[in-house]
Amino acid sequence: MKYWIAYQTIVSKEIRRFMRIWPQTILPPVITTSLYFLIFGTLIGRRIGDMNGVPYMDYIVPGIVLMSVINNAYANVVSSFYSTKFQRHIEELLVAPVPNWVILTGYVSGGGARGVIVGIVVALVARTFTDVTIAHYGVAITVFLLTAILFALGGLVNAIFANSFDDISIIPNFVMTPLVYLGGVFYTVDLLPEVWRKISLANPILYMVNAFRYGLLGVSDIRVGTALVMIAGFVVVLAGFSLWLLHRGVGIKN
Amino acid sequence: MQALSIRGLKKTYRNGFEALKGIDLTVGAGDFFALLGPNGAGKSTAIGIITSLVNPTSGRVTVFGHDLIKAREAVKSCIGLVPQEINFNQFEKVKDIVVTQAGYYGIRRREATARAETALRQLHLWDRRNSVSRTLSGGMKRRLMIARALVHSPKLLILDEPTAGVDIEIRRSMWDFLRTINSAGTTIILTTHYLEEAESLCRNIAIIDHGRIVEHSEMSTLLTKLHTDSFVLDLKEPLQSLPKLADYTLEWIDVRTIAAEVPRGKGLNGLFRQLSEQGIEVISLRNKASRLEQLFMNLVETQQSAESR
Repeated sequence: MKYWIAYQTIVSKEIRRFMRIWPQTILPPVITTSLYFLIFGTLIGRRIGDMNGVPYMDYIVPGIVLMSVINNAYANVVSSFYSTKFQRHIEELLVAPVPNWVILTGYVSGGGARGVIVGIVVALVARTFTDVTIAHYGVAITVFLLTAILFALGGLVNAIFANSFDDISIIPNFVMTPLVYLGGVFYTVDLLPEVWRKISLANPILYMVNAFRYGLLGVSDIRVGTALVMIAGFVVVLAGFSLWLLHRGVGIKN
Repeated sequence: MQALSIRGLKKTYRNGFEALKGIDLTVGAGDFFALLGPNGAGKSTAIGIITSLVNPTSGRVTVFGHDLIKAREAVKSCIGLVPQEINFNQFEKVKDIVVTQAGYYGIRRREATARAETALRQLHLWDRRNSVSRTLSGGMKRRLMIARALVHSPKLLILDEPTAGVDIEIRRSMWDFLRTINSAGTTIILTTHYLEEAESLCRNIAIIDHGRIVEHSEMSTLLTKLHTDSFVLDLKEPLQSLPKLADYTLEWIDVRTIAAEVPRGKGLNGLFRQLSEQGIEVISLRNKASRLEQLFMNLVETQQSAESR
């Protein structure tokens, strides 16, 4: 029971934090995605026509929703956990009888919650531009949640290793953004030349976007089963690695 | 029952710096214990290990019988830490900081809120409970850290320089508060650079220097090791030369101020009588340094000269 209370404390603190600064955390993705839908969907999309048999406006909805989940789940944990280290109030947790797995699940749930909330808000924005519904609820919800968890874990690992505020922006700017934009958010990889199509298959975000697209629209460039196994595998590996880092005290203990 | 027992504790940092070279330390339950030492002596490393903020290289630590490695959570539950640096979230409200800390110790929110109220009232912070913590004064921030450390009712409270930068009035009220909770049964370990503070509050003491314990005894036993007391005398008229006195040693501070070493058992009457006989009128007198400060300097200097040999 005491671990449950500690877990709840971390999660509610995290949710309180990002809700307190909602103009920085919830509002910007709404503005950005509205612009995506307006420019790429309504204006340019009309000229593009269909993609994989789906109107272009509808086609980009899953990628844009998932992109918001990815960015927000990651950003929440990386900034919150690094600030906790930087301001040293990580010590409040380290001196308390809170096991590392509770710290891990607490922060990941907090980051995941932001990813999920922003994802839902963006999906609601998408509904004002399109008539997209959910074709496969199980797949859509599983991918949505697993992606939020996976990138919250990624944010935690980044924050553990970070020694400066520069370190928490390098991965999102120079690794995640290119992977997201080249992950089939705006196009099908079938449009790419064979070489680039094969290279794209090494991008894990491609699998998440396509699995989620299957969940919403029923179309995908890759096999959904492979994508689900891959995402779940990444979650397990990254969770194990994070736990090991916390256990060793990397970046948080001398 | 020992509140804290440390055996052969060593810590070598990755850069090769040996912060602790095998210290042994015992603190009895209910004690008010001073852990003193110059900057870089190893105090904060020792406290860091006891509170799980620093991983030890080797050695054994037990807190109220719980082994730090085998029963870390039990050890953590026994300890409240007031660190040297401000380490709470400066953007959170005062009450939230204390309630959150209680949550980490598995205390339900309703009870945590009640405990936070008690702790904040005790430390005269209840009126500021809804203030964002960064708006507090330095003294209030220190008191907030004490309230936070006490919210889970620890059996052992560790205070790492709790009164640094705090004005004398607040410092005295903090002393009173610490005496009260110690009387109620909480064991306290205090590190401070205000040796007057340690002398006034603590019953037992350890002095650490260069990663080694150089003194570990009762405060009263330690203070009896001093053979002299030092006083500063302000004179009515400037002196041309230092007078020679039987039994007492004088030294210049300036022409109207001299320092006098008074051997134990000699008292001050003889000093004043001899000065009067030489026509020297004293208008005021004060302690040159706290007795503990003098002893501390002696011990640390002895250790330093032993190290350099």
